[in-house]
Amino acid sequence: MSAYLMKGGRIVDPASSTDELGDVVIRNGVVEAIGRDLEPDGVEIIDATGKVVAPGLVDLHTHLREPGREDEETIATASAAAAAGGYTAVCAMPNTDPVQDSASVVEQVWALGREAGLVDVIPSGALSKGLEGAKMADIGEMANSYAKVRLFTDDGHGVQDALFARRVMEYLMTFDGIYAEHCEVEALAAGGQMHEGERSVELGLRGIPSEAEELMAARDIALAKLTGCRLHLLHISTAGTVELVRRAKNEGLNVTAEATPHHFSLTDAALFDYDPMVKVNPPLRSDADQQAVIAGLADGTIDAIATDHAPHAQEEKDQEFSYAPPGLLGLETALALTLTELVRPGHLTLSQAIERLSTTPALILGLQAHGRVERGRAANLVVFDPEARWTVDPMTFQSKSRNTPFAGRSLQGQVVHTFFNGKQTVRDRRLVTEARV
Amino acid sequence: MIGKHLLSMDQLTKEDIIEILDTAESLRQVTDRPIKKLPTLRGRTVCNLFYEASTRTRISFELAAKRLSADVINFSADSKSSVSKGESFKDTAWTLEAMGVDAIIVRHGSSGAPHQLAKWVKAHVLNAGDGAHEHPTQALLDLFSIRERFKEFDGLKVAIVGDVIHSRVARSNVKGLVTMGADVTLVGPATLIPKEARSWGAKIEHELDPLLADLDVCYLLRVQKERQNEQLFPSLREYSNLWGLDNRRMSKMHKDALVMHPGPMNRGVEIAADVSESERSIILDQVSNGLSVRMSLLYLMLGGNEGEDS
Repeated sequence: MSAYLMKGGRIVDPASSTDELGDVVIRNGVVEAIGRDLEPDGVEIIDATGKVVAPGLVDLHTHLREPGREDEETIATASAAAAAGGYTAVCAMPNTDPVQDSASVVEQVWALGREAGLVDVIPSGALSKGLEGAKMADIGEMANSYAKVRLFTDDGHGVQDALFARRVMEYLMTFDGIYAEHCEVEALAAGGQMHEGERSVELGLRGIPSEAEELMAARDIALAKLTGCRLHLLHISTAGTVELVRRAKNEGLNVTAEATPHHFSLTDAALFDYDPMVKVNPPLRSDADQQAVIAGLADGTIDAIATDHAPHAQEEKDQEFSYAPPGLLGLETALALTLTELVRPGHLTLSQAIERLSTTPALILGLQAHGRVERGRAANLVVFDPEARWTVDPMTFQSKSRNTPFAGRSLQGQVVHTFFNGKQTVRDRRLVTEARV
Repeated sequence: MIGKHLLSMDQLTKEDIIEILDTAESLRQVTDRPIKKLPTLRGRTVCNLFYEASTRTRISFELAAKRLSADVINFSADSKSSVSKGESFKDTAWTLEAMGVDAIIVRHGSSGAPHQLAKWVKAHVLNAGDGAHEHPTQALLDLFSIRERFKEFDGLKVAIVGDVIHSRVARSNVKGLVTMGADVTLVGPATLIPKEARSWGAKIEHELDPLLADLDVCYLLRVQKERQNEQLFPSLREYSNLWGLDNRRMSKMHKDALVMHPGPMNRGVEIAADVSESERSIILDQVSNGLSVRMSLLYLMLGGNEGEDS
C-alpha cells in the first residue's frame, strides 16, 4: 500500500478543534503523523497548498437502490459517487427491494459495499417488516449481524402508529439502536405534491403542510422522553421542527437531527415551472423554513448535513409533475453546496461545516474509523479546494442517475483527493477507477 | 404580444386581453356567414392532446381551428401515467413534434403539464386546462361574455362561488378579472377557499347572502360530487342550502346582474334549474363565445407570422 505526505494543507479537524496549516502522513491505511515540515521516508508527496484536509465525509442518509433498482443505482455506482463527493462512509437506507428488514439483506448490502471498496457502506435497518409500520423487523438479528446495524428507520414512511413507535423505541434500547424517523403524518400529507403555502395554491398542486412533519416530530420527541431511546430525525425541513428539536435539546434529551443540502439551498420558489427535478419529500419549503434550517445548522440544533441521495431513472422524472417520484441526487454536490450556501455567506465556519458533514454523523453512527484526522486512526480523509469553482454537469456524475436540480449551477469548492482507509479513491479531482473492484 | 405559448393568465397584460377580445369580436362575424371559414391557417396542423375527457373544450377548439382552415388531429389519452405502457408524456410530445404539428392544445389532469410540454416541443402550446392550476381560454371567454353586457370592467363586482381550491377556472378567472380591474370576491366554505388566495388580489367571504344585492356577476363553480367524500362539507344538501343559487337568492340581485357557470352544471346543487335558464343566465353565451375567443387565440398566435415561425 502506498504512503503519502500531504504537504502544507489547512487541516480542519473539528473533533480536536484543529484548524491550522500542516502536513499529514498516511501509511499502512492510517494517519501516521500530523505536524509541520514532516520529512518521512518512502512517501509520495502531495502538495496540499491552498487545500483543506478534513476527515472524509459521512452521509447519514443515502439511497443506494441495490437490491431492487439496479437500473437507477448500484452499491458500486453509489460508492463511486460518494467517493467523488468526498465521502468515506454512507448509511444505506433500507427501502430497497427486498427491504433491509432482515439480517440476510443487510449483510448483502454490507458485503456489496465491501466489494465495491470505495467507502464504508453502513446498512441501516427497517423498523418494521416491509416498511409497513405494523410488525417489528428483525431488529436484534440485524444489530448482531456482520452489518452491525445501529440506525433503524422506515425512511420513506413515518411510523403512523404511536404505540408501535413506542414499542420499537423500547426494543431498540436493548441493542443500543437509534430510532430514526421520517416525520410525516400521512393523513395530512396524502396526495401532496409540494409544500403547502401560497405557492402551492398558486400552482394548483396539492400541498403538504409543515404540520405533517411537526406533529410526528413532536410525538417522537415525547416518546423518546418516555422511553429514553436515542432519536434521530431525518431530513427536517420546517421552522417548527427546528424549534422542536432545539427545545428537546435544551431539555437535555438525546435527540439529533439532520438537514439536506437541497433544503438549505432551495425553496418552493424553485417549483415555478413544474420541473419534476425539484420534486422531493419532504418538499422544498418556504423562505422562512429555509432560513430556520440554516440557523439550526449554524447553532448546532441540526447536528448533521445528510444528502438523502435518491437516484431516479430519467423516464420516471420525465413524467408529469404529479406522477414523477420524489427525490434527487446529493452525494456529488453536498460539499460544494455546503461551502457555497453556508460557508461562503458566513452562516457556518468551515470547521462547523466539516463537523456537520463528517464529525457528528460519524459520532451518531458510532464509526471509530471516520470523522477525525488523528494520528493512529484510519486514514479516511478528504482534500478539497475551497475556492475552486465548477459547474454542475450531471453527465459527469459517477452516479448511475442524473436527477439533480443543480445542473448548470456554478458552485464553489471541489474535491481534489479522497482517501479511504489510506487508499486514494479520488486523485487530482478524478475517481481512481482501479480502486473499484 | 401574447407570447409563443398560452400557459397561464399571468402572462397576459390588460392590453393583450383587450386585443384577444377585440379580435374575437371581429372573428365572430365569420360565424354569421353562410360559409363559416377563413383561410388564415391553411396548411397548419393543430393537435388536440386531451388527457382528460372534455366535450365542450375539445369541440370548441376543434371547430375554432377548422373555421380558420387548419388541419386538426385529436389525440385522447388516459390521464394516468402512461410510462408503464411504454410511452411517457415526453415521448408523446416528441412524437407529435416529429409529425410536425404547429400547435398543441393540451388538457391534462396534472397541474403544470402544459409548462412541461412547452419545454419539450417547438410547437405552440395552448393550455386547455391543467389540473387545479389554470384554464386560460375559459377565463378569456368569460371576460368576453362579461364585456358584451357591461362594456367596463372597472369596479365591476364579481363573486366566484364554490370549490375555488380545486378549480382551474377560478384561478384563471381571478387573474383575468383582477387584471381588467374588476372587484373579485371568492365565496364558499373555508375548506374550499384557500386563504392564500388573498394574494391574488381577491377578497374572501364565506357567506353568499349578504353579497347578493351588490353583485354584477355571480359566477358559480361546479361542485364535484366526489368532494363530499373528502369531508370538505357535510352534504350536497347543506352546500346547496348555503351556497347554491336558487330563485330566492337570485331575486336579491339587481336587474342587470348576470349568472355564469363554466359547465357542466350540477343542477340542484350549485345552481337551480330555473336559475340556469333565467334571463340573467349567460351560460350558453359563454359556450358560443368560447368558439370566437379560441379562434382569436389561434389567429393571433399562429396566423400572424405565417410560414416563418417554427
